[in-house]
Amino acid sequence: MSILVIAEHDHSQLSPGTLNTVSAAARVGGDVHVLVAGSGCADVAEQCAKIAGVSRVLCADSAHYANEITENTAALIRANVDGYTHVMAPASTFGKALIPYVAALCDVQAISDISEVVSADTFVRPIYAGNALATVKSSDPVKMLTVRTTAFDPADGESGSAEVSSIDDAGADQGVSFVGQNLSHSERPELASAKIVVSGGRGMKSGENFSMLETLADTLGGAVGASRAAVDAGFVPNDYQVGQTGKVVAPDLYIAVGISGAIQHLAGMKDSKVIVAINNDEEAPIFQVADYGWNEDLFNAVPALQAELDK
Amino acid sequence: MKVLVPVKRVVDANIRIRVKSDNTGVETANVKMAMNPFCEIAVEEALRIREAGVAEEVIIMSAGPEKAAETIRTGLAMGADRGVHALTDERLEPLVIARLIKSVAEREGTDLVILGKQSIDDDNNQTGQMLAALMGRPLGSYISRIAKNDDGFAITREIDAGLEDLQIVSPAVVTADLRLNEPRYASLPNIMKAKKKPIDVLSPADLGVEVVNRIEVLRVDEPPAREAGIMVSDATELVEKLKNEAKVI
Repeated sequence: MSILVIAEHDHSQLSPGTLNTVSAAARVGGDVHVLVAGSGCADVAEQCAKIAGVSRVLCADSAHYANEITENTAALIRANVDGYTHVMAPASTFGKALIPYVAALCDVQAISDISEVVSADTFVRPIYAGNALATVKSSDPVKMLTVRTTAFDPADGESGSAEVSSIDDAGADQGVSFVGQNLSHSERPELASAKIVVSGGRGMKSGENFSMLETLADTLGGAVGASRAAVDAGFVPNDYQVGQTGKVVAPDLYIAVGISGAIQHLAGMKDSKVIVAINNDEEAPIFQVADYGWNEDLFNAVPALQAELDK
Repeated sequence: MKVLVPVKRVVDANIRIRVKSDNTGVETANVKMAMNPFCEIAVEEALRIREAGVAEEVIIMSAGPEKAAETIRTGLAMGADRGVHALTDERLEPLVIARLIKSVAEREGTDLVILGKQSIDDDNNQTGQMLAALMGRPLGSYISRIAKNDDGFAITREIDAGLEDLQIVSPAVVTADLRLNEPRYASLPNIMKAKKKPIDVLSPADLGVEVVNRIEVLRVDEPPAREAGIMVSDATELVEKLKNEAKVI
């Protein structure tokens, strides 16, 4: 078994999800290599070399990988895939776009969002927004997988000592060009890997009111998320969205504020260790999954909770 | 310009699904079905592009059994011009579906294929990416905006870190994210009109595609149930529970 994990990073820092993906690779067993495609990404290659269980890091440092152009990264993977039995990436927007694309180039049927490795060819994955779990077996010679990162513990990122080798770039697709990006910058922990998440829903009534949740999150050292309703209403940007089609989170503590608990939202957070729900509607479905429910108007509850924590 | 919109028939988003007692899958018999919500967004965008005078024709396609024609009719009732039905009773994996779509797109000479980013049944999120790879055409995944310009299409993508703008040349393949638009409802007159719109029925063989699956579904299970916990009455009690009982703060 020989597994190629595709690193996700911002050219200077490895994403936490890559560590969980390496863990999933270790469950398959065999040699684990990590591919870093980026521009000025030597630091990331060094970080990958320190991940426990990684025996080799392949680094393609080229302007062609300065942005996440799926076509370019896919061409690079295809050029280096010979000899590998598995290719794995985190099930982030990066990995979810990339892996099926590479799979089609290699005539492979990809498997999305695996939450368990049963054996080298058999995996469990959530379907129907996590309301069912399918155990699937692949007959492809190479398995191409995205990994639900919250389902695997992160690999140790400090104790490894893999060799880093440079590989050639595989050219740039002429049909796609990068124009610009508008990224959310936050000093808070990354939503997908935060230990504590405070999320707001339609009940927040406005974007300004999210500042209460930001203060609460900062007190707890957590991240801020939102339901689809809050994002659609324009309270917060798209990257806050937790749910079936947004980010999947599984923090130690998830505090749902003014979120009713549609199944699409539950799909993104019901694996959290402890769930707190604050809602003024006692019939809200969120209470059915909450460890601690508080049937109270959030505009009373959040300040009271903040005051209690500030004591 | 011609726009092709592949759509999928799925269990209605509002239905609570049930895993079959023999663990072979999810119950779909006698369950309300509907067009996949992301596919509705894709249809809507194609119609808006046509209504803006940028496209002349919107073609809806679906692959699957006889009943898939109903979902094509839904797209026609929203306002699309005609349909293509790749008729088969076999289970279809995304790679095979992508091959069927590629074949239709090439026969029709489409300039743009708009797909939903994922279906809410299998949650695969693969077909659009695979189609772009097989066709060797630019991919715009998870888009929240698309505008035709002289060089092709300007798109905005929803990515984990925020938003990204790309320029892609035509013909292209894009996948619709939630915030691309709000799909319209079909009006009664349009539902009546849709019944007269043509749907070409073709077999996978007609489209030059062999249906070969690589994934075997061994079993389908209910996820472990999460039990409702307790209600608290004030902040002091909540913080005490989180500190001393749950030990998470």
